[in-house]
Amino acid sequence: MKIVVLVKQVPDTWGARRLNLDTGWLDRGGSEAVIDEIDERALEAALAYQDSNDAEVVALTMGPDSAKDMLRKSLAMGADSAVHILDSRLAGADLAWTARVIAAALTKLGYDLVIAGNESTDGRGGVLPALVAEHLGVPLASYLDSVAITADSIAGERSTELGTMSVRAPLPAVISVTERTAEARFPNFKGILRAKKKPVTVWSLDDLGADAAASPVRSVVLATSERPARSAGTQIVDDGTAGVELAEFLAARHLI
Amino acid sequence: MSNYRPPVSDLAFVLEHVVGYPDVARLPGFEHADLATVVELLEQCGDFMANVVAPTNQPGDVEGARRQPDGSVTTPASFKPAYRQYVDAGWGSVPFPEEFDGGGFPWSVGLAIQEMLASSNMAFALCPLLTQGAIDALLHHGDQAQKLRYLPKMISGEWTGTMNLTEPQAGSDVGALTTRAVPRADGTYAITGQKIYITYGEHDMADQIVHLVLARTPNAPAGTKGISCFIVPKFLVNDDGSLGEHNGVNCLSIEHKLGIHGAPTCVLSYEDATGYLIGEENLGMRIMFVMMNSARLSVGTQGLAIGERAYQQALDFAQERRQGLAIGATGVNSAIIDHPDVRRMLLTQKAYLAALRRLMLFNAVHMDRSTHDPDETGRARANEIVGLLTPICKSFGTDLGVELTSLALQVYGGMGYIEETGASQHYRDVRITPIYEGTNGIQAADLVGRKLGIRDGASVTEFLSTMREVEAELADAGDEFDSIRLELGRQFDTLETATQWMLRTGRADPNAVLSGSTPYLRMWGLCTGGWLLARSALAARGIDDAELAETQLVLARFYAEQLLPQSGGLFGAATAGSRDLFALDAAALSDSARLRQNAPLN
Ligand SMILES: Cc1cc2nc3c(=O)[nH]c(=O)nc-3n(C[C@H](O)[C@H](O)[C@H](O)COP(=O)(O)OP(=O)(O)OC[C@H]3O[C@@H](n4cnc5c(N)ncnc54)[C@H](O)[C@@H]3O)c2cc1C
Repeated sequence: MKIVVLVKQVPDTWGARRLNLDTGWLDRGGSEAVIDEIDERALEAALAYQDSNDAEVVALTMGPDSAKDMLRKSLAMGADSAVHILDSRLAGADLAWTARVIAAALTKLGYDLVIAGNESTDGRGGVLPALVAEHLGVPLASYLDSVAITADSIAGERSTELGTMSVRAPLPAVISVTERTAEARFPNFKGILRAKKKPVTVWSLDDLGADAAASPVRSVVLATSERPARSAGTQIVDDGTAGVELAEFLAARHLI
Repeated sequence: MSNYRPPVSDLAFVLEHVVGYPDVARLPGFEHADLATVVELLEQCGDFMANVVAPTNQPGDVEGARRQPDGSVTTPASFKPAYRQYVDAGWGSVPFPEEFDGGGFPWSVGLAIQEMLASSNMAFALCPLLTQGAIDALLHHGDQAQKLRYLPKMISGEWTGTMNLTEPQAGSDVGALTTRAVPRADGTYAITGQKIYITYGEHDMADQIVHLVLARTPNAPAGTKGISCFIVPKFLVNDDGSLGEHNGVNCLSIEHKLGIHGAPTCVLSYEDATGYLIGEENLGMRIMFVMMNSARLSVGTQGLAIGERAYQQALDFAQERRQGLAIGATGVNSAIIDHPDVRRMLLTQKAYLAALRRLMLFNAVHMDRSTHDPDETGRARANEIVGLLTPICKSFGTDLGVELTSLALQVYGGMGYIEETGASQHYRDVRITPIYEGTNGIQAADLVGRKLGIRDGASVTEFLSTMREVEAELADAGDEFDSIRLELGRQFDTLETATQWMLRTGRADPNAVLSGSTPYLRMWGLCTGGWLLARSALAARGIDDAELAETQLVLARFYAEQLLPQSGGLFGAATAGSRDLFALDAAALSDSARLRQNAPLN
């Protein structure tokens, strides 16, 4: 079985995060770039299966040159190989375009199962796995809290507002996992050394064909501005009427 | 959440630019251990330690190890799963030979890992540390069958090891031990006796414990010459490698102690236990000496490691706690970090810790040279340097560990005395380090008694001249290095004079030399630290990183101007001889003499 895990380089959650006001893009110099924690869990789901089954695990990313460090970590954790889609034309690509490019890469690469995090910690779009599945024309099982992989199917549970949904799909399929799935393993010392010898394939847009290069839809940033500074809050002193004042305050903001 | 920040960037800088690691990576056998690989390993390892081990530190202290009524010992609940992950990640195997499934990396890399492990949780770190000591002894003196049977599992960490020297009447004087080893017909020995203070002598983190036990065979010569070293596994090992019956070793009790509560310190009773001789009879002390340098360096590094963790927390606290208004500040109050005296405490910690890290790694790099330099004179010289620096690393590292954790605690004010902040735990935990693995007093005696006399003093004199080469480099480096050069020069002069006194006096009056040994060792620590910080400041200029260059310069200058001068102040004590130390007898040292004099005549 060939499992492709979609991994993304994001700014460390604990660091400061800023937008570049000229481009409207994330300021990547602002904090340390790391592999998205949720993608580590996606990788863990694949590796856990590989621990006791015959499977090839490929880590795939689209991102700037620096994303290769993160691919190395994926390899150190246990992925067999990695694919890096690297093309300066892709800088600032929106979700729709990204999905198109990744789908093209997956088609070229071949796969039985694609595993992604449910949403990245920086963009928080949460729809990329769905877009990719749509492009590929395969089932999508998203936001899984647990994952059970067999040779020809996947199954899992998804929490909804009302309860838990059991979902299953035949392979090939795309799934996305939530923070409730198993915590990722740490790279093992020998795994880190082995990772240096594992193959990393770099593809440009030209390698992926005309379809990926030309996206019919494209978001364009028209204007950006600094987040307004926080204004001083309203203080309500309770002289017996605080309850009423509070209700009025909330109502005025359409919060109740 | 863990608040430990692994000092990987400083470790990488020191390895590359201060202690000459790139030369080690060029030695035959270390080709795979290039600097880039090592830094990547340290980054991943730091990440592991900070996230898996560091969070177990405080809960482990509160919970402590416990002996159960059946004689088994449970470690704090968080230790076992963390240890499992530690074994899976393989961090304990990095510096051991590939032949036994180790990583084949230099010892200096292993030591950098040890620093991060001990910072994360010293009580936990002791388990791999003792295992390392046992591995070291087996590697050098075990026979091939013993190595194949024990080493792969000990190197992976699946089995742990202990070192059994101490007995009630045999502490610093190992030669006084009485545990007996009687040969049996099958070539094994029956071991009987009692050992005390055995770290991780019994615990629940691994299936098997491999005890290395010092004991005496019948008719062995008295003292250290008659000691042999035995492998006594907790469970006998079957021919297929599986574990068999429980050997005759039991944990009678564990100690209640000042710190390292998570690490069981055991009284072990051996009754007719099956032991396997390592090497030959009466070679026990030789075997101990082999592992002693590395074990002592590791303990010196514990002082650094706990000092570093305590400092990091104190630094955070100093930015949060607001009291008083600093000079020139506006508003209601200032963060205490803005008060000069708090700055003094922080910078003192930072500078000493930087000096210690450099000193430990410098020593470790020479250990690597002493084993891997293709040139025999190179190996021999490196070995001399290790011999000279090891007692200094152990004592200076651990004494400073105690002083710096105390200073870190002081930064907190009253909160430092309250257990909740964790500051006092570091102070308690580090206090054992000047005691075990040869008390610091024994280290000082080793320095003046054994190490100075090597090649009639030529070894130490050569090392002093090597250090003094930095003065010319400082002179060429520009005005801002002047004060460093002047102070270092002054202190080197004094250290040279003290060394000459030691060499001159030693033969005629060994007691005089021993009397000054501890202050003299401290002078060495202060001077070597200042020397390596000066080298750091010089090296940092050559790198395109203004911030780093500034930091290294400030640390070297602060150390030279404000800390190093203490060295000269110790000259008097180092060379005073024994007159006053022995001028008062025990009665005079107590009040009884005065009471007798003042007693009314009736
Ligand atoms: C928590 C803990 C863990 C330990 N772990 C282990 C272990 O795993 N394995 C093991 O074998 N042992 C272990 N030890 C024992 C430890 O190594 C000894 O406590 C240490 O060697 C000192 O011996 P002692 O306690 O008998 O003190 P003593 O030897 O009685 O020393 C008392 C004082 O006298 C001084 N002194 C003694 N002799 C001399 C001398 N010749 N010259 C100058 N000064 C001298 C010492 O410096 C010290 O200040 C441990 C101890 C503790 C507390």
